Amino acid sequence: MHKKFLFVLRKPPFNGVSMQETLDSVLTIAAFDQAVSLLLLDDGVFQLKNGQQPDRFGMKDTAAVFGALEIYDIHDIRVEVESLQERGLKPRDLCLPVREIYRKDVAGYMKEFDVVLAG
Amino acid sequence: MKFAIQINSSPTGSGSAYHAYRFVCSVLAEGHSVFRIFFYHEGIYHAFNYAMPPDDELNFPKLWSALVKQYAIDLVVCISAAQRRGLLHTDEASRVGKQDGDLADGFRISGLGQWVEATLQADRCIVFG
Repeated sequence: MHKKFLFVLRKPPFNGVSMQETLDSVLTIAAFDQAVSLLLLDDGVFQLKNGQQPDRFGMKDTAAVFGALEIYDIHDIRVEVESLQERGLKPRDLCLPVREIYRKDVAGYMKEFDVVLAG
Repeated sequence: MKFAIQINSSPTGSGSAYHAYRFVCSVLAEGHSVFRIFFYHEGIYHAFNYAMPPDDELNFPKLWSALVKQYAIDLVVCISAAQRRGLLHTDEASRVGKQDGDLADGFRISGLGQWVEATLQADRCIVFG
């Protein structure tokens, strides 16, 4: 059986092991041949911020895992325009090419999916 | 309707655990079914057999164990999240030299694939916490 999954990521990186575990579930669902998309909202946009140095405080490099998502056929990563703007970020500050989505379009976008999971 | 539930917050860390419990009770009481409850992230703390809150506070492991007896629902704890936090089932406990497992009655430990299966089987997936 196939379903379309959307993970909505709203938390900043290095919030304990939260993102590592969320990425584990993203990868597991993708490994079961399901279609997976990611939407980064609010502080979730910091997940892809360039220049992270997590080894300095004993954390794993979760941004690197986002870079590996392509291997799992996860190509659709979207970032909310307003979340970036509110944090003084531009797409060029992110470590991956992403598609931008306006806040007004988020609800409609979510309707395209069978399962929406918060991460 | 068939539900898959994921619980990501601990019994003590927020009110979300109680919302999840009440939601599951309501769903079952209304005659719907719960295909599986998957405990992930801090949610694995629901499965600790030796949690001993004061008598006048909620004891979530016991609440879930009682619900399993009533409705035969499937309570699955994610193995990687559990081992990271020191919750071991009997086999793993004896392997690392602990006296016995930590898992409360009615829970079982398995992998994330169980959550994937639940999302595919269920009509609705609800995540708490």
